[in-house]
Amino acid sequence: MARPDRPLTDGRLAIWRHPLPVRLTHWINVLCVVVLLMTGLQILRAHPHLYWGLASDFDDPWLSFPVIPGWMTLPSWRDLAAGRNWHFFFAWIFVINGLIYLTYALISGRVRRLMEPSREELRDIPQSVVQHARLRFPEGEAARTYNVIQKLTYLVVLFLLLPLMLATGLAMSPGMNAVLPELLELFGGRQSARTLHFLAAMGLVAFTVVHVLLVFLSGPINTLQAMVTGWYVIRTEPEDATDDPA
Amino acid sequence: MIRPDRRLLILGGAAFLSGCDALVRNPQATCTVKKAEGLTRGAQRAVIPRTALAPEYTEREISKNFRANGSIDPADREYRALRANGFRDYRLVVDGLVERPLSLSLADLKRRPSRTQITKHDCVEGWTSIGKWKGARLSAILDEAGLKPNAKYIMFYCFDALDQTEDGERYYTSIDLVDAFHAQTLLAYEMNGRPLPIKHGAPIRLRAERQLGYKMAKYIKRIEAVESFAHIGKGKGGYWEDRGYEWYAGI
Repeated sequence: MARPDRPLTDGRLAIWRHPLPVRLTHWINVLCVVVLLMTGLQILRAHPHLYWGLASDFDDPWLSFPVIPGWMTLPSWRDLAAGRNWHFFFAWIFVINGLIYLTYALISGRVRRLMEPSREELRDIPQSVVQHARLRFPEGEAARTYNVIQKLTYLVVLFLLLPLMLATGLAMSPGMNAVLPELLELFGGRQSARTLHFLAAMGLVAFTVVHVLLVFLSGPINTLQAMVTGWYVIRTEPEDATDDPA
Repeated sequence: MIRPDRRLLILGGAAFLSGCDALVRNPQATCTVKKAEGLTRGAQRAVIPRTALAPEYTEREISKNFRANGSIDPADREYRALRANGFRDYRLVVDGLVERPLSLSLADLKRRPSRTQITKHDCVEGWTSIGKWKGARLSAILDEAGLKPNAKYIMFYCFDALDQTEDGERYYTSIDLVDAFHAQTLLAYEMNGRPLPIKHGAPIRLRAERQLGYKMAKYIKRIEAVESFAHIGKGKGGYWEDRGYEWYAGI
């Protein structure tokens, strides 16, 4: 599945980063997450209060939203029925797409190869944080793999946040509660599940904001091109460059 | 001063949002999106055993302020008269595709096999309240009436109109036989140990614990067994169902 590096005429190197299944599922996931977020806010708008525990203590929500603006919701006008219909349609695509991605990423070894941090990397986390904060992005051989913060972030999103969205969503279903009451208990009741569904969604929003920001700061053309064509361009190391006429 | 690239971003965003709105207005897109309901229903029916019970709770967990939603005070003239008389003249009609149509008083219903359960009530809006319900098992009433083989759905017709007017469109909904014969499906006449309050659907309301609140019709007047509900109301099986909500409300 891996393809050999392709030297470019300007002396840089195109490396094979994202195979087709990854690119396809990535963009389908982008669509799903956007629609799920906007329809989710539409659903939240029907009762914009969050609680912890089994039931709603209407006098004591831990969080209330005075206004949820229309531009954040799908559709923009108040329509809980449409919001729910669109939410569940895209939830199905999100789940099927997610399963395809995870199956591929685990079987192909992508998770282990790209995301499993080594012991040394885990030890060097503070240094990596500093590098990140200074917006220093590796461009040479080091750009071939993800850095430790990227690895850990992707692991948290893939194996914690996204599955948590599904699990907390299912825990809110009175039908599923009959067959999987353990899930409801795990989250501490339906209103806790609803709160966690919201918090996990906000976690995904935070991830997406940083993710998109870093895409733009680290060279939007290259990173976007990689997620469209599969090829990511890196600078060659100086020792390679010596026998390069350019 | 808005920089050109930011203007592009705002324009793009606005185009995306109005595109979304246009899609929601598009009947064909709506039709496609609504297909997910069938998938959800099929998947849930496949993984949830017919007899699986909804979780039950303890007395301590009963909500102090169980919210009353939808109608809370029906304006129907007949209902007002029944209510004035403490529902002594109330008769629940059970008819349609049954061998023996029934007309049951509240006292008759209380003599039928009953069940008491403390369950959560999940509103489609997102909130949850916990209440204790006692009522006649719907399965016993349906067995007594004797369903004909072609009966597929149980319709519930109510006294109330959601606009709380005398002439408003009356509430109705329906469930299939899987839910109708489920052990926790009750025609509830008691809530938290007292006669069902008016705002919660007196004299009887449905409890179908594996579904959302809007399936649990209040102020029930008549129960009808049917083969199809395509000819009833706008054909989607219920008041809210006719207004875009899912017929299968297990999620």
